Amino acid sequence: MKLSINVFPFRGICMGALGVLLCGVSASSLRAQESPADTLKFVELNEVIVISAGKQLDHQKQRKPLSTLDEFLESSLSVNMVKRGAYAWEPTMNDMASERLAVTIDGMQIFGACTDKMDPITSYVDVSNLSEAELGSGQQGAMFGNTIGGGINLKLEKSNFKPIGWSGSLETAFESNNSMRVFGGELNYSDEKIYLNTDVIYRKADNYSAGGDREVEFSQFEKYNFSVNSGYKLAADKSISATLIYDDAKDVGYPALTMDVSLARAVIGAVSFNQDSLFGGLSNWESKLYYNTIKHTMDDTQRPEVPIHMDMPGWSETAGFYTQAHLNKERNHFFFKLDGYYNKSYAEMTMYPENGNEALMFMLTWPDVSTTNVGFYAEDHIPLEKASLKFSTRLAYHSNFVADDFGLNSLKIFYPEMARTNTRFLKSFSAQYHKMLKDFHLNAGISYGERAPSVSEGYGFYLFNSFDNHDYIGDPGLHTESAGEANISLVYKKPTVEIKAATNYFRVFNYIIGIVDPSLSTMTIGADGVKIYTNLEYAQLFNATLSGRYTISNAFKLSGSVSYHRGVDNEGENLPLISPVAYRGALDFYKNQYAASLSVNGAGEQKNFNPSYGEIKTAEYAILSASFGKRFFIAENSLFVKTGIENILDAHYSSYTDWNNIPRMGRNFYLTLSYSIN
Amino acid sequence: MKTLYHIFSILILSIAFIGCSDDDDKNPIEFNPVEGLNLLYEIPAADHLAQIYSEKQSLEVGYNEISIRIKDLGNNQYISNAAPTWVPMMYMESMAHSAPHSGLRNAEENTVYKGYIVFQMASNSTEFWEISLQYNLNGNPVEESVRVSVAEPTNGLKKTQVFMGSDNERYILAYVNPQSPAVAVNDLQSVLHKMETMMSFPKVEHYKITVDPRMPGMGNHSSPNNEDMTYNGTTQMYHGKLSLTMTGYWKINLKLINQNGEVLKGEDVTEANPASSLYFELEF
Repeated sequence: MKLSINVFPFRGICMGALGVLLCGVSASSLRAQESPADTLKFVELNEVIVISAGKQLDHQKQRKPLSTLDEFLESSLSVNMVKRGAYAWEPTMNDMASERLAVTIDGMQIFGACTDKMDPITSYVDVSNLSEAELGSGQQGAMFGNTIGGGINLKLEKSNFKPIGWSGSLETAFESNNSMRVFGGELNYSDEKIYLNTDVIYRKADNYSAGGDREVEFSQFEKYNFSVNSGYKLAADKSISATLIYDDAKDVGYPALTMDVSLARAVIGAVSFNQDSLFGGLSNWESKLYYNTIKHTMDDTQRPEVPIHMDMPGWSETAGFYTQAHLNKERNHFFFKLDGYYNKSYAEMTMYPENGNEALMFMLTWPDVSTTNVGFYAEDHIPLEKASLKFSTRLAYHSNFVADDFGLNSLKIFYPEMARTNTRFLKSFSAQYHKMLKDFHLNAGISYGERAPSVSEGYGFYLFNSFDNHDYIGDPGLHTESAGEANISLVYKKPTVEIKAATNYFRVFNYIIGIVDPSLSTMTIGADGVKIYTNLEYAQLFNATLSGRYTISNAFKLSGSVSYHRGVDNEGENLPLISPVAYRGALDFYKNQYAASLSVNGAGEQKNFNPSYGEIKTAEYAILSASFGKRFFIAENSLFVKTGIENILDAHYSSYTDWNNIPRMGRNFYLTLSYSIN
Repeated sequence: MKTLYHIFSILILSIAFIGCSDDDDKNPIEFNPVEGLNLLYEIPAADHLAQIYSEKQSLEVGYNEISIRIKDLGNNQYISNAAPTWVPMMYMESMAHSAPHSGLRNAEENTVYKGYIVFQMASNSTEFWEISLQYNLNGNPVEESVRVSVAEPTNGLKKTQVFMGSDNERYILAYVNPQSPAVAVNDLQSVLHKMETMMSFPKVEHYKITVDPRMPGMGNHSSPNNEDMTYNGTTQMYHGKLSLTMTGYWKINLKLINQNGEVLKGEDVTEANPASSLYFELEF
């Protein structure tokens, strides 16, 4: 059974200290299980969003199964999603987006092929083939790659040699607002020797309507995703496994942008080798080789009025590997990982002049940039008396190479002295301390991390940003961005009550952001100016969250959270896309295969916005939603029925994450049916 | 990963080298000093032959780089001591005039005399261009002439400007390079002549020509890091830099400024004034 199942009925997320409970499903679970058996054994600020809990599902506790992965991620307290339409939202953590995050799929590095960030890599998988999303805030995410804001790893669902035999399920869902139809199915086989997981899911949605029944044009999408995961035991302690994912999205509208997408296609493949032990006491040795290729084609032919028609295809290809193992000593629990990838990013733009006799206008927006990154990650977890310490580091070699002469010469218009190759050495260090004092848990840490500029930041050529209405030009001479981070959280935990206060602070040096160069002439017709990616001396980001849950009775649970965020540059100006005060609350009911929930989420007025990045003050809003579900038993099989209403009051609103402040979906009824065959 | 990449690169390179090795077996081709040029006209005489070459298929209005060779039919050798001079002449129905042109020099290749002519207009059935050559052959002065046909460039792009400056002088400005513009910073060259009389078109030195490339089809998009053209004594041309950010149709807006900083022709490009009256056109 797949679907999207939350183990926690009240939220579908488990924050920081909750991770203690959840260590069994977290990335480092194996190590954790081997440490001394007390609740302090595993201390991470990492959060795990459970998307599917395999056979031990409790579908009823999932508010909205078969929702998009984007909606799942957004349900996390630490992830916000930047929205350019109904599809392919871009995750942000600690108010930092793609280029400051390390986002991986089962440890694989994948890079979107769109210069305008219309295809965050989270858009190339679906909830149907994921088991969970591991989140690491700040350098706690460095295991997945070089990062400033954090790391997200989307773990694929695998049967992993469980003796289950054949199983399968069929699922379908319908949403009233945009007539979204979802059809999915999976067929699995697993025994001690071999396993095979296959699943397919298809989604098609029409335009959605914002509150007040106002249709948002060009918000449709259609996609299907197919995946196979298989494994074979070579010996009792050795196995090989393979993964193939094919994801294809067509006719995706982006109401916030000036163009849509006619095709976004990813083929993702991997083979891995696992062995229980290795020389010198190393254990849980896992190695993976992977390759993925993405093609992304933007399309403006459906738009009624464009100043000039243009084709903007992009390609991104990545090959990589990692090999990792644990080493458990008396006092130290080590984890080592060696990883590397090679990526090629190429994007072009062809514009068709109004005068058909004129030559086509062609430019390379990503000049075939090859990126090579080889890194070594190590962490040491040291259990102490009612406390623990964790140290981690990542050291990486990172190199960019402009392979295309046309592209190199284009950039030399701006940077006559630029070199074809740019090499840097990236470092990350972190120390986390956890202390338990009766019912209180204290977590505190400091860390330092670095990241290289993204392909767009380093080599982008006239990339149009419709939010601030500026063309962006990369700078190959950008300095490495680095950040010092401090975090502290305090959790009060009783069986029925849990309250957590968490805060973190980032001081980002050489913060990369677009700065207007008034001497430059715009390329995009109607744009207000040209921005060059520039290093600010520093920027500061601050996040604070207060969350809690209360178990009223066996059936009723109450949860809530409120968060505050602030981001300013070195001159005290507001950074863009920083959340205003946001809050959520929910009451969940679960008894005798019945489940229900009532939830509210909202935000205060966005006081700290920055008009020079296209932001306007977003008004406050509060959205009310409810769900109701029931599980039926049919012979040995189960039928889950779940229905709900989102935005009950049909509010017309947009949040700070809505690109160009496009309004969000109005009232929406959904129905999910899932039939699982055991 | 890096190593893999290197191995892969070496593999590709070695394939490329294997692919190329066939060429090495061929006999070296004899050096041809007019390689790549088209023989447009041949002026036959009793004991010798004068040849006119151009990079173009035919002569066109605007800047034409022309190569002359003179073959002594006595020994079948191209001569290197001809010291030729030339005069282009336009014969119209009621008048005749010359055209801006350089001298002829055999500096690069001693049997090839190179120079340029800027034809201001096309020839037609009643009005024609003639190039007359004077040179020495075995110590004797010779004069030959040939009627040449000059057409408007087929692409219809304006690359030559004949105009009256604000100083009441008549100027001819002609585009020379880049002949194959690229999305890059291009070396921009042009020649500037003054029309003193119908027969005299001296070069104008030490003026300045400002450069402002624009794409009218893209809301008059411009590019950074252009350099105004200034006079280069060695080439006797105006040299500058031309940045082109994409392929397509470009209008290179110009202003001609004399040594006193006075604008003789052309205007700034502004919102209200989308183009200068002095410009070149490019398309690639």
